[in-house]
Amino acid sequence: MKTQNTYRIQFLVLVLAVVLCFLLNLSLGSVHIPIKSIFGSFFGSTDNSTWDVIITNYRLPKAITAILVGSGLGISGLLMQTLFKNPLAGPFVLGISSGASLGVAFVILGSGLFGGIVAATLVSKWSIVMASSLGSFLVLLAVLAVSNKVRDTMAILIIGLMFGSITAAVVSVLSYFSSAEQLQQYIFWGFGSLSNLSWNEILIFFGIYAVGIILSIASIKGLNSLLLGDNYAKSLGLNLKQSRFVIILSTSLIAGTITAFAGPIAFIGLAIPHLTRQIFKTSNHKVLLPAVFLLGAVVMLICDSIAQVPTTDYTLPINAITALVGAPVVIWLLVRQRKMMF
Amino acid sequence: MEDRHRHSILKVENLSIGYKSRTSSTVVASNINFQLEKGELIGLVGANGIGKSTLLRTLIKVQPPLAGNVLLNDQKLEDIASVELAQQLSIVLTEQITSKNLSVQELVALGRYPYTNWIGNFTDADYRIVNKALESVNIKDLKDRKCYELSDGQLQKVMIARALAQDTDIIILDEPTTHLDMYHKAYILKLLQRLTKETNKTILFSSHEIDLAIQLCDTMIVMRHDKVIYDQPCRLISKGVFETLFPEDLISFDNKTGSFRVSK
Repeated sequence: MKTQNTYRIQFLVLVLAVVLCFLLNLSLGSVHIPIKSIFGSFFGSTDNSTWDVIITNYRLPKAITAILVGSGLGISGLLMQTLFKNPLAGPFVLGISSGASLGVAFVILGSGLFGGIVAATLVSKWSIVMASSLGSFLVLLAVLAVSNKVRDTMAILIIGLMFGSITAAVVSVLSYFSSAEQLQQYIFWGFGSLSNLSWNEILIFFGIYAVGIILSIASIKGLNSLLLGDNYAKSLGLNLKQSRFVIILSTSLIAGTITAFAGPIAFIGLAIPHLTRQIFKTSNHKVLLPAVFLLGAVVMLICDSIAQVPTTDYTLPINAITALVGAPVVIWLLVRQRKMMF
Repeated sequence: MEDRHRHSILKVENLSIGYKSRTSSTVVASNINFQLEKGELIGLVGANGIGKSTLLRTLIKVQPPLAGNVLLNDQKLEDIASVELAQQLSIVLTEQITSKNLSVQELVALGRYPYTNWIGNFTDADYRIVNKALESVNIKDLKDRKCYELSDGQLQKVMIARALAQDTDIIILDEPTTHLDMYHKAYILKLLQRLTKETNKTILFSSHEIDLAIQLCDTMIVMRHDKVIYDQPCRLISKGVFETLFPEDLISFDNKTGSFRVSK
C-alpha cells in the first residue's frame, strides 16, 4: 500500500547542498583555502599552519553559527506561521527581536545617561549578549503571560507588534541623548554578525538552541492538528493552551538566543518556510520541519559566503544580505501564485 | 445484543445553553431534553438565531452549559479527558480549515490523530481505516488532490470522511449543507443517512433543509422560541410543530406534502 510521499530525493539533494555549502563557506573568504586543505586541517595533517588557525578559530565557528542561525530562524518562522495561521508571521512577530534591541539599546545608548563608569565596564560583548537575552526573555515572559490570558492568537500577534512600536520609540529617545560613537556601535549590532563567536559561546548557543529544537519536534503533532483550525484541533484531543505555550516557548528560545549571539537577522525566518513549501508541496510538519532545517542552513551559508565578498578584505553586514536575498524571494512567491499557501 | 442496540449515545438532561460573562448570563434556550440512540440520524432545525449553533457548541464542549447535563456514553461531558472525548465524538464545522495545502488523504488521516503516538505516526491499520473512510464517501479518486483544488461539495465530503476516520460513536455536523446546490444538499444528507445504517454511528446535524430532514431523519430536534421539541418527524408533523416554526405571514407548512410553501 502506498502511504505517503517521503520526498527522499529532495531530502538527499538538500543534505548534499548543506555539505557542499559548508565546505564552500570554509573555503571562501579574504583568503582562499582549497577544499583539499580543509579536509587536511580537519584530520590534523596540513601544510599551512596559518590556514589551520583560520579554519579552526575563525571559519569553522562561523560556518557552524551560520547553520544554527539559518536552521533555527527557519524553524521558528515555520512554527509562528502555523500557530498564527498567518503566512506573514516570522520568528520576530512576538517582539523577541524588539526586546533584544531594547536590551542592547539600554546597554550601548543608555550608558550615556547612566554615567561614564558604567559605560566603561558594561559595553563589552558579553554584556550585549546578556542584555539582548534579558530583553527578549522579558518580552517573551510578557507574551507568554498574555497568551495564557488571551484566547485569540491574532491578539497575541498584535501585542507583539505593539512591543515592537514601544521598543522603536524608546530606542529613538535613547539615541537622541547618545553620542555618535554609541549610535554607531548600536547600528553595528543591528547589522548582525555570524563571526566573533568563540567555541565556548557556540557551546552555550547550541545548548539552548537544542532545547528549542527538541520542543519544536515535540510539537509536530500539535502543529499538524492546528492546520485544521483551533476548534478542529481541540476535537482531535489537542490541549490547545499547552501546545501554544510549548510552541511559543520553543520559538522564543531559538530566536532569542540567535538574536543574542548574532543580532537581529531579518527575513530568513519569514522566507525559508515559504521557499521550503515550494520544494516540498505539503503542509505536513513531519516533512517540513527537517526540510526547513536543511534549507535554512543552506541559505544562511550562502548568504554568509556572499557577505564575506570572497578574495577581498570587506565583510558586508549579514543582515543586509539576508534581506537582499529574502525580500525578492517573498515578492517572487507572491507574484507567482498571487496567494501564499501555508 | 438487543440491549446494546438501544444503547443511548448522547443524553441531554434539563440543559440550559447560552453565554456567561462575569456580570450576567444570557440564556439562549433552556429545559432541553433528548436522548440520541446508536445508529440514528438526527436533524436539528430551527429559525436563524434560535441557538442551533450554541446548542451544538455546548454538545461538543466548546462552550460550557449554563445548567443541566450532557452525558456522552453515560459520562458527563466535562469529566471526559480531551483525548478520550476525541475518540468518542468527532465534528464537522462550518468554519474553513486553516491550511488548504493539505492533500485529501493527509487531511482525512488527521482524523486518526487521537489514536497515534506522540509524534503522530500512522500504522497500517490507520491507513486502512483512512482508505475505508475515503471509500465510504466515494472520494477515493480525490485522494491525492489538494484541498484548495476542491469544490465546496467535494470538500464537505472530505470533512465527513475525516470525521469517519476518527471512528467515533457520534458525529456532529454544523450545517453541512450550506453553500451547496440542491443536488449536493440532498446528496450529503442522503450520504449521512446511509452512513448511519452502514456504520451504526449516531449522526447529528443542524440544517435549514427542513423538507429533506423530515424525509431522511430518524428523529429531529426542533428549536422554537418557547421550547425545544424532540421526536420522530411524522409525529412532529401530526403535532403541528412545524406550522409555528416561522412567522406565518410569509411561509406556511403543508402537512400533506411535508414541506413549506410561500404564502401568495
